[in-house]
Amino acid sequence: MSTAVLPPSTNVPAARVVASDGGPRPSVAQTGVWIGIATISMSFAALTSALVVRQSSAPDWQHFPLPPLLYLNTVVLLVSSVTLEQSRRRQAVATLNATLVLGLLFLLGQILAWRQLAAQHLLLATGPRSAFFYLFTALHGLHVLGGLGGLLYVQRRLAGAALAPATFKAAAVYWHFMAVLWLYLLTLLTIRG
Amino acid sequence: MTHGVATSHAPPRPRSFLRRHVFSVDHKVIGRQYLDLALVAVVTGMVLSWIMRFHLGFPETPVPGLGKLAPTGAAGGVITPEFYLALMTMHGTIMVFFVLTTAPFAGFGNFFLPIHVGAEDMAFPRINMTSFWVTLLALLVLLSAFFVGDGPPLSGWTAYAPLSAVGKDAGPGQGVGQTLWAVSIAIFCVAQLLGSLNFIATTLDLRTKGMSLARLPFATWAWFITSVIGLVAFAVLMPACILLILDRVAGTSFFIPAGLVISDRLQPHAGGSPLLWQHLFWFFGHPEVYIAILPGFGIVSQILPVFARKPLLGPRVFITCLIAIAFLSYTVWGHHMFLSGMNPLSATLFSVPTLVITIPATIITLLWIGTLYGGRLRFTSASLFALGFVSVFVSGGISGFFLAQPSTDIYLHGTYFVVAHFHFVMGVAAMFGIFAGTYFWFPKMFGRMMNETLGKWHFWLTFIGVYCVFMPMHYLGLAGNVRRYSAFTDEYLQPLIPLHRFITVAALFTGAVQLIFLFNLIRSRVRGPKAPDNPWEATTLEWSTSSPPPHDNFGGRQPVVSHGPNEYGGVGARDYVMQADPQ
Repeated sequence: MSTAVLPPSTNVPAARVVASDGGPRPSVAQTGVWIGIATISMSFAALTSALVVRQSSAPDWQHFPLPPLLYLNTVVLLVSSVTLEQSRRRQAVATLNATLVLGLLFLLGQILAWRQLAAQHLLLATGPRSAFFYLFTALHGLHVLGGLGGLLYVQRRLAGAALAPATFKAAAVYWHFMAVLWLYLLTLLTIRG
Repeated sequence: MTHGVATSHAPPRPRSFLRRHVFSVDHKVIGRQYLDLALVAVVTGMVLSWIMRFHLGFPETPVPGLGKLAPTGAAGGVITPEFYLALMTMHGTIMVFFVLTTAPFAGFGNFFLPIHVGAEDMAFPRINMTSFWVTLLALLVLLSAFFVGDGPPLSGWTAYAPLSAVGKDAGPGQGVGQTLWAVSIAIFCVAQLLGSLNFIATTLDLRTKGMSLARLPFATWAWFITSVIGLVAFAVLMPACILLILDRVAGTSFFIPAGLVISDRLQPHAGGSPLLWQHLFWFFGHPEVYIAILPGFGIVSQILPVFARKPLLGPRVFITCLIAIAFLSYTVWGHHMFLSGMNPLSATLFSVPTLVITIPATIITLLWIGTLYGGRLRFTSASLFALGFVSVFVSGGISGFFLAQPSTDIYLHGTYFVVAHFHFVMGVAAMFGIFAGTYFWFPKMFGRMMNETLGKWHFWLTFIGVYCVFMPMHYLGLAGNVRRYSAFTDEYLQPLIPLHRFITVAALFTGAVQLIFLFNLIRSRVRGPKAPDNPWEATTLEWSTSSPPPHDNFGGRQPVVSHGPNEYGGVGARDYVMQADPQ
């Protein structure tokens, strides 16, 4: 571990904003987001192990095809990551707005996928696989909703020209993580079909 | 006073009473709020243990007044077996979560970690405030279980499934009460995750000029590592609680197996794994033990050098051992489950790291003793409680060697031996850490000194008291006295009843002694003599600022650190060098 003088954050005197190696320190927001990502990863790792244990604990794992709409939702979420990256690099409001719309569309799509499953009488309590499906999508959706909140904050600050690049970066890292997490969950739900 | 560069970043102090004292974002106010919350919780938890102890010693004698408070659980003042389990569950849950986690980590950590690193506040002050209010919400949800439905749950602080998962068929309190328990703990997890996030970001990002990681005070190292442990542990407990809640209210079967008949009713669940809950719970639960005790390690390591007037022996070894404990704490959870019918090979695999984790813990103990060797000891209430911490931690730790091995644990696990072990090593030791921290930091927190005479009486009576309560429990356990029973009617247990009575009397006595502490706490806050900036001649940054510290901690000046936290024992008029002293 470094024993150098580590200073940072936007909120401290000038003497502390530059690291000993001369480069800028990551912002507090970015540190916070990375810690958040570690935590969320741990929670989903725990749920993954729960899924593996539960699947092997009894022969009642149902086999049903996942609603194809999920793949479209996946594309929407991935595209939103691309538009966000474009917005971040050019500090552009239009692509940021597009990201927000795509994020909302993704959530809407997930709810529609739920309705499709429910129409096949596959509900939360029907069996373990459907239970994990609803649980994973709901928890991921809640985290996406939090990400949308973060992006709304970024949008307001960007419009007021009061946005620190590091804050934007932090929000973007979180949003990209949402896409990565979803790809992981979709893969898990597919191979554990 | 502080030598440092002037800054203009002090956030203005809010004017309204609510923003200053209630919904404050000031980490010092939040730290005190956490400690107040823990104080309410510990009194509640202690009263519950009194009722349990009274019943164990004198099973047929009514507890005065209890019949009115709990007409169903204790008609006529004599508690039912179910109510005993409810008291036990609430005692354990309140103590582990809302006292042992809240006070030494969230309470003292909030107040002192930002000052230790030389920051004006936490990295995310609003999140910090949120985490306190979420903790309070969790406590209120838990306590509400006393007042709704059939009362509090019965399944212990570990809430083993399927008992905790099946609902009200499983007994009084297993309906609404158990659901409230799961919801409360899930909420508590959110608060702890937010708190840990703040602690880590503050330690990494807000250190002042010159405050390298190697110069962090030991208590802050301990809080930092505790928050890393907490981040992982509570991130597992929260989804576990969500699964439990879904089993209870949404009809899923994560933890409930097929064909389970409870109270003559076939449960409408199938395929779940009760062991899954145990794994998820203990993956959190064992690290939780270290979440409770590591802040005590840090507090003691900060206090002993101050009062021995000697640097802590092997500071880098100490920190390395803390990190080793953090890693190992995730590899030992299965040792709580030797009785679960686990494959003997798995049991061995969990037993080995459990024995290995005693190595860094032993090294730390030796560092403390080595620090004392040749020191010029000053006996104050703070240093006595720090020394007491070492004593009870060693006493509790030694019984751990027996429990770490499946062959002996299988006999001892269901007995009072385990009760003695975890109360010493986790409960009493952590409480001693809290007491030591209180006597040490009270002058800084409130600007007034505590009464030392009362403090020393408090120490000696508590020290003797806890040994009288918990030492005989080892013998009870070896004699085969099962735990979690509300009364001992078996013939082979009859010779042990006088010992139970002795423990009950000792517990009531030790509890009553805490009134000295409460009195001292309240009186000193109002009437204590004014505290100087550095009453103990200590080195860390909190002692470079006024008592109590101003709103922005350092009065508009950012401290510059030129020294480590451990520079004691020099010669001359002042035998120590403060961290903020100029080069």
